[in-house]
Amino acid sequence: MSVDWYLVVSALVFSAGAVGVLTRRNPLVILLCLELMLNAANIALIAFARMWGNAEGQIFAIIVMVVAACEVCIGLGLVVAIYRRRLPIDVDEIRELHG
Amino acid sequence: MSEVFFFIAGIGAVCGAIGVVTVRNPFYAVLALVFHLLSLAALFLLLQAQFVAAAQVVVYAGAVMVLYVFVVAYVGAAEPARLRAPVGRGQRAAAVLFGLALFVELAIAVLGSGLKAISTDGPTVDAGFGSPAQIGELLLTKFLLPFEVASFLLLIAAVGAVVLARRRGGIGADEADAVSVADLRLPPGTGTMREAVGGVSSHEPFELGAGGGKQ
Repeated sequence: MSVDWYLVVSALVFSAGAVGVLTRRNPLVILLCLELMLNAANIALIAFARMWGNAEGQIFAIIVMVVAACEVCIGLGLVVAIYRRRLPIDVDEIRELHG
Repeated sequence: MSEVFFFIAGIGAVCGAIGVVTVRNPFYAVLALVFHLLSLAALFLLLQAQFVAAAQVVVYAGAVMVLYVFVVAYVGAAEPARLRAPVGRGQRAAAVLFGLALFVELAIAVLGSGLKAISTDGPTVDAGFGSPAQIGELLLTKFLLPFEVASFLLLIAAVGAVVLARRRGGIGADEADAVSVADLRLPPGTGTMREAVGGVSSHEPFELGAGGGKQ
């Protein structure tokens, strides 16, 4: 398959993730949608790596996966901390950063 | 043959993504994301990125998603009912419009690109392209600094998650209002508030443990 098909799949997945971030209010699902957007970027990176015949784009994708794992780790830690303090798990309710 | 696999994996990836966005229950959203990630690993294999595909399955669909499932199981029962109500109709319509506009813009950027190689299959590469040997060599020679920085980032994230999710105010500080076993071992008819509101009937003996009515 030619490379532009992979890029179209990447664009579709990225758009779906963006819609999810804008429409959902549960921070867990928002984190899942962020994962979708990062994975869309990964498809594009690996497709371009194949297009140039150069494996350096794959290194870039692996680094993106590392950053996504860190983001999930911190995000889930925040969700657990919110739950422990008996606060509502809703991004519309949690708007203040102090405390 | 690769076209068939591409369409199966691509449709799976897009359907998984749409499932993550639309499914109400966060647990099913996580399962949809696992399906999406496995389809994506198949796409990576089609692009001759074997090591990245294996890392995707092991690290992403394996470890990270297990973390998600744990947190959803820990938190999910407390999800209030109003969260299941959708956001306002106007915001939802605007978000879908934004997503469509984003997709059209990306598609125009991709299909109208001046890159001539974009509509080809890419150059022929040898069998070692994307293999663990090549990726490892690149990570330890040309990309040594990003590799080390990524390991530090993972360490910082692990420490940060432990600090964020720890108990505050000492062990057991947030368990003061937990139900104790001693509450269940009261003999019936002792006039507790639970009996008064009808939680326990005084006609049938309330025996949860062996010591229920014998004290």
